[in-house]
Amino acid sequence: MQNRLINWFKFSSPATFYPLAGRLAPIFWVLAIVLIGIGLYMSFFVAPVDYKQGDGYRIIFIHVPASWMSMFIYIVMAGWSAIGLIFNTRLSAMMAQALAPTGAMFAFVSLWTGSFWGKPMWGTWWVWDARITSELILLFLYLGYMALVGAIDDRRRADRAGAILLLVGVVNVPIIYFSVKWWNTLHQGATIKMNGQTSMDETMLQTMLIMALGFWAYSIAAAMVRVRAIILEREMGATWVRELIGDRA
Amino acid sequence: MSSILEKLDMGKYALYVWGSFGVTAACMILEPLLLRSRAARIQRQIARLNRLETNKR
Repeated sequence: MQNRLINWFKFSSPATFYPLAGRLAPIFWVLAIVLIGIGLYMSFFVAPVDYKQGDGYRIIFIHVPASWMSMFIYIVMAGWSAIGLIFNTRLSAMMAQALAPTGAMFAFVSLWTGSFWGKPMWGTWWVWDARITSELILLFLYLGYMALVGAIDDRRRADRAGAILLLVGVVNVPIIYFSVKWWNTLHQGATIKMNGQTSMDETMLQTMLIMALGFWAYSIAAAMVRVRAIILEREMGATWVRELIGDRA
Repeated sequence: MSSILEKLDMGKYALYVWGSFGVTAACMILEPLLLRSRAARIQRQIARLNRLETNKR
């Protein structure tokens, strides 16, 4: 019986995770390029012109996936932080730190593209609407997390402080998600609903989902490359790192 | 060719559509490049430390 259990803790060691991340990264880069390539093609050549918003609506093909990723990455980071606090595994904090810049980038992209959609559709670049404001807070949480972790010299303390910040900040994610329901916002309600009733053209929906998968693959690939750099930076003194790198490069 | 250009013509939304896709593309190209240089930098640094130690011995 004991032999049939997968030893998950094996991969919580940076030394075993480093080569695994190295094998995963190229697979996800390829997936990301293919999916985003198909998604871009569909965005401009397949998806029809919207009857109301003309060509301007095409912004949603990046706006919605970027917004999803910004929230999803934050939840994954909070999950890693919880694991790190409970099991005291070193890799957890490294994973959270590896995801943070990508999450922040997507939060920025979400706000930027939202703004570029808002100007022609609503007539304004920015409003202090509940959803937009809570997404801005998400961006600040990412930046705050990175600044906090970077400001503490003691790595273990930095990991723990960062983990607590992430777990406290996770309350913001449902606020973003449900903001369009809870408050009267200028931002429209969810187009893709959890209960499956979607108010959207079939090809538009497919394009958006393919883009979302592409962004997903991109995030995994970026996180894998970054976690490898973080592992080397933090384990510089370890014998396995010294032997792995050798004296070339 | 002209039909491709026609498809890519966003009309009065050109600034907004290309402003969105352009900045997103810039971000998603820049990040992997920055990552690559970060990974290369740390590898060089470790290799240098290794060389220094071999020289000492």
